[in-house]
Amino acid sequence: MQTHLADFIRDTPEGREAEEILRKCVHCGFCTATCPTYQLLGDELDGPRGRIYLIKQVLEGQPATEKTRLHLDRCLTCRACESTCPSGVEYGRLADIGRHEVEKQVPRQGADRLMREALKGVVPRSGVFGTALGLGRLFKPLLPRVLAGKILQGPAAGHWPAPKHSRRMIALAGCVQPAMRPSINAATARVLDLLGISLVEQASAGCCGAVRFHLHDQEGGRDDARRNIDAWWPEIAAGRVEAIVVTASGCGVQVKDYGHLLKDDPAYASKAVRVAALTRDPAEVVAAEAAALHAVLARRRARASEQRIAVHAPCSLQHGQKIRGVVEGLLGAAGYVLTPVADGHLCCGSAGTYSLLQPGLSRQLRDNKLAALGAGAPERIVSANIGCIEHLSGAATVPVLHWIELIDEKITNLA
Amino acid sequence: MGEQSGLPGFGRAEGDFSRVDVHRLVQALQGVLPAASVLHDPEDLRPYECDGMAALRQMPLVVVLPETEAQVVAILKICAGQGVPVVARGAGTGLSGGAQPHRFGVVLSLARLRRIIAIDAHARRAVVQPGVRNLAISEAAAPHGLYYAPDPSSQIACTIGGNVAENSGGVHCLKYGLTIHNLLKVRGVTINGDIVEFGSLGLDAPGYDLLPLVTGSEGMLAVVTEVTVKLTPKPQLAQCVLAAFDDVVKAGDAVARIIAAGIIPAGLEMMDQPATAAVEEFVHAGYPLDAKAILLCESDGTPEEVSEEIGRVRALLEEAGATEVRVSRDEAERLRFWAGRKAAFPAAGRISPDYYCMDGTIPRKRLGEMLQAIQAMEKKYAMRCINVFHAGDGNLHPLILFDANKPGDQHTAEAFGAEILELSVALGGTITGEHGVGIEKINQMCSQFATSEIAAFHRIKAAFDPAGLLNPGKAIPTLNRCAEYGRERMGASRPAAHPDLPRF
Repeated sequence: MQTHLADFIRDTPEGREAEEILRKCVHCGFCTATCPTYQLLGDELDGPRGRIYLIKQVLEGQPATEKTRLHLDRCLTCRACESTCPSGVEYGRLADIGRHEVEKQVPRQGADRLMREALKGVVPRSGVFGTALGLGRLFKPLLPRVLAGKILQGPAAGHWPAPKHSRRMIALAGCVQPAMRPSINAATARVLDLLGISLVEQASAGCCGAVRFHLHDQEGGRDDARRNIDAWWPEIAAGRVEAIVVTASGCGVQVKDYGHLLKDDPAYASKAVRVAALTRDPAEVVAAEAAALHAVLARRRARASEQRIAVHAPCSLQHGQKIRGVVEGLLGAAGYVLTPVADGHLCCGSAGTYSLLQPGLSRQLRDNKLAALGAGAPERIVSANIGCIEHLSGAATVPVLHWIELIDEKITNLA
Repeated sequence: MGEQSGLPGFGRAEGDFSRVDVHRLVQALQGVLPAASVLHDPEDLRPYECDGMAALRQMPLVVVLPETEAQVVAILKICAGQGVPVVARGAGTGLSGGAQPHRFGVVLSLARLRRIIAIDAHARRAVVQPGVRNLAISEAAAPHGLYYAPDPSSQIACTIGGNVAENSGGVHCLKYGLTIHNLLKVRGVTINGDIVEFGSLGLDAPGYDLLPLVTGSEGMLAVVTEVTVKLTPKPQLAQCVLAAFDDVVKAGDAVARIIAAGIIPAGLEMMDQPATAAVEEFVHAGYPLDAKAILLCESDGTPEEVSEEIGRVRALLEEAGATEVRVSRDEAERLRFWAGRKAAFPAAGRISPDYYCMDGTIPRKRLGEMLQAIQAMEKKYAMRCINVFHAGDGNLHPLILFDANKPGDQHTAEAFGAEILELSVALGGTITGEHGVGIEKINQMCSQFATSEIAAFHRIKAAFDPAGLLNPGKAIPTLNRCAEYGRERMGASRPAAHPDLPRF
């Protein structure tokens, strides 16, 4: 695509990256077919190709208004378009650059601004979020519907095995997950323990940085990344851990991007690349230990019973981390029956803070997703990201869990 | 010259719509649509300035996003009343600029009319709105063991309304036909706001059969609001043969042999080496990258039919000198073989910032000759060209690679493309196989048709749209344009296309 980037950005690192991405786009429109918002709204401006055009206008020096900002706000950053794009356009990176520029030109006002400031201040801070969530659970009947639907009681964490193996991995505790679903990391620790790997958490690590990064506080997001790198680095440098396990795929995609986020920070660039390379989704870790898993499963098989499960693959897993079919394979191997789910590539509408900032579109996507997930009459629904799990739980008629909890049920609860 | 009498004004020269009053127009449109469905700020209009043919751009005055046929009628009545050009648009994936906006016109997007109205599995037909995606019809029909056969490469995104407008083809049209062969009925709205139906649910109907006229009419006669398509039973089995050749001419010869043997494959496609390399990176189909050309030949039907046909195809390919022949072992592998072919155009974006996709059709026996000529043109224009085509029906899609940021590159690419199209005509072929003429190939229409034929086309247009408001300037060139184009080419060895028209 022809580009004429304006002077203010052309020779900056962002400008060069944006230009490289824009020039790959050949405007074929394939991306519109798998864009959740284009499919709902039917306007070029609410699809990836139109948004690329809007961003291009801004980077070429045309002033942006609230309208461009709104169309960019409506984007879920699900990156389904990247999975569809045959030309290899890195839409997500371009959207980051475009949104940053548009936010500068058209600052937020009023309630929109307050809401975003509150989210940036509360969500990434595990302690504050936990307290807020506790208060929310108490006062749920008094909250507006958009918030009340987000507040659910998660299952208890259960036992976390003491580290005893020579093989060790670090788990990212994260920000919202410890308060909402402490069971997920604990289940992961139990499963990995049976596979011969000890999982440990580093107390000084926290939010992956995605919340702040995607709420126009890119520097704050980078600070989160630096803090996590500092927390993990002694263990990594000493060679005591072989991976960083991130059980929320939305956080995993962010940590895997640390190398890119900190490429211009000489103090952290090479550490960030190393951390990103060590980062794994639990699906990758467990799939790599398939032989050990199968051996454990074989011992438990006598007590296994078939259960119908619908899988919702988070966008951050399938489009962001490009891990497709792995979770399904592991659940199948564990004896679960997977029900067919139409339009598995579409976002559920959770998308980080999107469900709070674009509640109307988010609810439509959630309802469509639950209809697709429910078509095969599953007993339970599983996903791989805390955001999707909580969002779907708000309206699902069957329990929604992290898939690792099902593996955990099969192999460890009986131990 | 006599037959030109009665020719509407726009048949001779482009219409002048410069007096359109945009404020009055927007006000009227906002009376029949929600304000958010009438876009008129440059910020909102820019993303609509082109379709899949991104090199040809034009800002419209207004974009409208109706949700119902009644709104389409109301919009067209307003435009007819105010003398405003209307360009209908589906998914904007077209490759000939058919949905390029008019400078003084309205872009009428049908993307929000996206309901599948009915699927009748027993009668094997589906009634759908124009904004339904091609692939979505097949997905909806799949539970009944049926599908919609035409499969343009953009089928994931392109809409059925756009398919009707362009009479789109696809890799399987060799056996199953183009859009026209898979339609029963099209409902549309004329510029005056009258609802008209073309075709019928039966195989024949009294009176002129206007369905083929409106199919491929590129939005010049009516705006499609509902389409009744035929559905085809899914074959029990489909298998795809992938053959590698060390020479493109040998691959072309293999195509001729297969057709000459009386075989009608479900698809017969060719890609040259650079095209194969570009798509392999995206689809990982396992294409042989050292081959100068690969052929994909699909066979479908009962397992017995497929096995017999694959055996014959394999023998013919080997006789023609294939260096390797692979048969898809399962459905996943068959889809992988095709995935690369279907993603070929946009995958060109991986190796070049821009590409110009051509759509000429030539007699199959002249494939080798054409490929050699294109190789010579690559040297002449100092520009690369990768080749992907529906070999079975002689429909070429050379992709000329250029960089629109380099001054002069686009012009060179257009000249390169024009030479390919003119050679297509000279070899006994046509300038378009399935992408339509749009704005891109409008000049080459002057080479394809005589003045009297173009005048006849204009009279048909005038019967539907006497004021020339539907997609003006597309598909059928004005006689003045042809005269101008002929003048540009004078001095070349060819005679001027319209010696009877005065030169200026």
